[in-house]
Amino acid sequence: MPLNFEARDRPSGVVRAVAPVVAIALTGVFGLVLFWLLGHSPVTALHAYFVAPVSSVRGLAELALSATPLVLCAVGLAVGFRANVWNIGAEGQLLIGATCGGGFALMVQDFGGAGPCVLPAMLVAGIGGGMAWAAIPAVLKVRFGASEILTSLMLTYVAGLVLGYAVHGPLRDPDGFGFPESKLFEDDALLPILVAGTRLNLAAPLALGVAAVAWLAMARSLIGFELKVIGVAPHAATYAGFSPRRAVWIGFLVSGGLAGLAGVCEVAGPIGQLTPEFSPGYGFTAIIVAFLGRLHPLGIVLAGLVMALTYLGAEQAKITLGLPEAVTGVFQGMVLFFLLATDGLAHLRVRWRRTRPAEAGA
Amino acid sequence: MKTKAMMGAALAVGLGMASAAVSADDGPLKVGFVYVGPVSDHGWSYQHDQGRQAVVNAFGDRVETRIVESVQEGADSARVLDGLAASGHRLIFATSFGFMNSVIRVARRHPEVRFEHCTGYKRADNVATYMARFYEGRHVVGLLAGALTETNIIGYIGSHPIPEVIRGINAFTIALRRVNPDAEVRVIWVNSWYDPGKEAEAAKALIDQGADVLLQHTDSPAPMTVAEQRGVWAVGQASDMSRFGPTAHITSIVDIWDAYYVRRTQEVLDGTWQSGDVWGGFADEMVYLADYNPSLAPELVEMAETARREIIAGTRHPFTGPIRAQDGSVMVAEGETLSDDALLRMDAYVEGVQGSIPK
Amino acid sequence: MADGLATVAVVLAGTLAAATPLVFASLGELVGEKTGMLNLGVEGMMLVGAVAGFAAAAATGTPFVGFLAAAAAAAALAALFGVLTLYLFANQVATGLSLTIFGIGLSAMVGRGYVGIPLDGLGPVAWPFGLAELPVVGVLVFGHDPMVYLGLAAAVAIAVGFKHTRLGTVLKAVGENPTAAAALGHPVRLIRLGAVLFGGAMSGLGGAYLSLVYSPMWAEEMTAGRGWIALALVVFATWRPGRLVLGAWLFGGATLVQLHLQGHGVAVPAQLLATLPYLATIVVLVVISRDPVVIRLNAPASLGKLYTPER
Repeated sequence: MPLNFEARDRPSGVVRAVAPVVAIALTGVFGLVLFWLLGHSPVTALHAYFVAPVSSVRGLAELALSATPLVLCAVGLAVGFRANVWNIGAEGQLLIGATCGGGFALMVQDFGGAGPCVLPAMLVAGIGGGMAWAAIPAVLKVRFGASEILTSLMLTYVAGLVLGYAVHGPLRDPDGFGFPESKLFEDDALLPILVAGTRLNLAAPLALGVAAVAWLAMARSLIGFELKVIGVAPHAATYAGFSPRRAVWIGFLVSGGLAGLAGVCEVAGPIGQLTPEFSPGYGFTAIIVAFLGRLHPLGIVLAGLVMALTYLGAEQAKITLGLPEAVTGVFQGMVLFFLLATDGLAHLRVRWRRTRPAEAGA
Repeated sequence: MKTKAMMGAALAVGLGMASAAVSADDGPLKVGFVYVGPVSDHGWSYQHDQGRQAVVNAFGDRVETRIVESVQEGADSARVLDGLAASGHRLIFATSFGFMNSVIRVARRHPEVRFEHCTGYKRADNVATYMARFYEGRHVVGLLAGALTETNIIGYIGSHPIPEVIRGINAFTIALRRVNPDAEVRVIWVNSWYDPGKEAEAAKALIDQGADVLLQHTDSPAPMTVAEQRGVWAVGQASDMSRFGPTAHITSIVDIWDAYYVRRTQEVLDGTWQSGDVWGGFADEMVYLADYNPSLAPELVEMAETARREIIAGTRHPFTGPIRAQDGSVMVAEGETLSDDALLRMDAYVEGVQGSIPK
Repeated sequence: MADGLATVAVVLAGTLAAATPLVFASLGELVGEKTGMLNLGVEGMMLVGAVAGFAAAAATGTPFVGFLAAAAAAAALAALFGVLTLYLFANQVATGLSLTIFGIGLSAMVGRGYVGIPLDGLGPVAWPFGLAELPVVGVLVFGHDPMVYLGLAAAVAIAVGFKHTRLGTVLKAVGENPTAAAALGHPVRLIRLGAVLFGGAMSGLGGAYLSLVYSPMWAEEMTAGRGWIALALVVFATWRPGRLVLGAWLFGGATLVQLHLQGHGVAVPAQLLATLPYLATIVVLVVISRDPVVIRLNAPASLGKLYTPER
């Protein structure tokens, strides 16, 4: 094989910047082929996917709304990922955060109390719930060395069943004809809308703020530096006296707390109540977002928007073109593969073997 | 037409608005359909899409329909509904309970659009609700099962313990024991609307325990295929499942939305659409029994058909007393009939059902 | 008494069948993980296997061809994972999750024409001498379809392979320390790719077992989360094929016992029971992880980590 892929020591800066553009171009080409094969007009399909969803104020608001939970979760996850702390249970922490925050709101409502304090308290409860759920894999890792990838994944399913139990049982709306969902939250427990006529709420700027703080913290603070060193050079970190245990704790508590926040913002935002299926898997998608954003808060915000656009585009394609759900799933999978692949290419140097002697001379 | 809880004064407003909106634009009426599953599920969403096709067949160029399938019940559903409303759809059918609050919210923003929400209980001037009296079908197959069972054990595969499913179990059991007082119903909850593997497991477990007739309130044909393999009877759900068990299939209880969808579309075209709540059964052509298995004795078919005709005529109701609760106490006295409200809130088994409802 | 025994035999026999999709999928994942490859795309690969198997069996009328097609299709999907993670250095977790999203969509798209079509599934093996008619033993030992036996045989083969063959040793070495294995001259990436392909093929067989044997039909997302249970199972079994089979029986059997109990009118907390496989896996993981020696003997050290070959 004359063509040879080799890893670069440091990813090429130019390629890193160009990679997403290449991915989008490839997606466009393959999308054209896919839609054409399926008998749909490729140009209209791509327009529906990438242009139509963002060509109105409401569309832009929806884009921000969908990206918000992804960005919140992914920013937190990236903090841990940088230190090689692999929390892949953000979905579970999100569900528990929503259950705690939402459960708190419902409890307050039952006592007839409401007021301006409800919402902040809900958010705190959500963050606390997410942190507590994330603390389990952290403890198991620090205390027993159990792989956090596996424990956090397992706990996600347990979390889904906890939420299911809550809305089938104690938190079920007594006037809801037995359907498994809670009462609607009162207005005090809902995030304020920012742009009238849209669903854009306070959570979106909150997510941006969180990303900014994370950027500052990772770039400027000692803890940020510590986490990076632990991730890149664990042995050196130990010599420097940096504690890998502390990294585990920080990684999990930050990502768990933010996932919990994302969960409570979702139920206190567009959903407005607790239902068993309110999350379409934000916590899992956020893992992909974190990597697409190259674990950098700014990149994550962009990646979150791109990811949200693929969801909105799929929906738009379903509404305006009547594309079946399955096609949109395949297309989205394809986008992700291209992004991951071109991301990988950034770490590669492609060489022709034959050129090696010449290069050696250089 | 059985309409209940008709809106009073508010309707006049809705009516005026409806006629105004239709006369405003001259193109075809755009009708949107939002499904929770894929059209190809051959069950719930498939039947709704059959209704859509009936609309297309009835009105041709006068309507333009659009479907959006596999819509998540979370934040996405509101955006889909909003997108349909914003793109000129003036009548939108939302066909899953989980869309309820999204429908109400989006409807508030789009007073010019009429929404039809299936299985919900919240209404507004421009939001009507509708669902099928599925339990009428359960009553008829209960009579058949009572005659067909030899082991006197009936297996019933439940999805989630909500009133709708419990109502079906009770309607079935009451009819079953009118024919065969010794028969009992064993229920297995699989906690899913759709999990072919688990439904098959539940079916096998029930047959192993001696059941020779299977009922299901889940959507996959897996129990029917198991019944066919193991040589027992089964009743299909949601669509005609006879091809999955040609010898096992007694009949299937099928929802038919065709007549309702055509009528409501007509009303929007005429400007006479009003909000309301329709809970329709055999009489309204919302519930339908697939062809009976040809091997059934003619007198059995006659018994079933008589019951069906009596329900249509209003001389028979599946929940007319005497009905005993599971512990033997009287639930409904002789000659009395449960109200629709009691049916909607049903949360206890009747006599003849084994076990207890999981919490 | 005899009746009770027969019931137990029936439940146990049912357990063997219920466990079979898990046995296949998780054996495949186990081999991949042993070389350090954590592929979270099992659910997607199972679905692609299920639909490919169904389509091929429907076209040819032969379940055997269906299983071959299932293995090939799912292996092709796994190849995507292998190339992305091994040659393009994509993160394993992110790629695996993308694989699941892709597999769900792809299987649904391919399967649109196959929903609602009945198919004659694969039946039990026709043993000679009326062995299947024997009381209890007949149901328990001789009452199964060929795939049940094949799954168990695969478990034995993999267990023996890891313990007693050179290939097994090499696979383990690659998973323990890829850099060292490469220094010894082993083609690390090719070996890992092979393991990933094998894992894909096995997941495909597990998926096809559902669509061709267990409930012969195709339905979107018909695996209903079994791919995730298979992932849990590998850890639960501490990466050992023998324990993996026991675990699959336990997970599959627990569901069956719960269903049978419900049928007998015993109230079962279904939500709690559904959490058990995951909780049990966490407990096992904690127990083995406590002892550094035990964990080193079992868990592949490089699991899920990016491998960059030295130049």
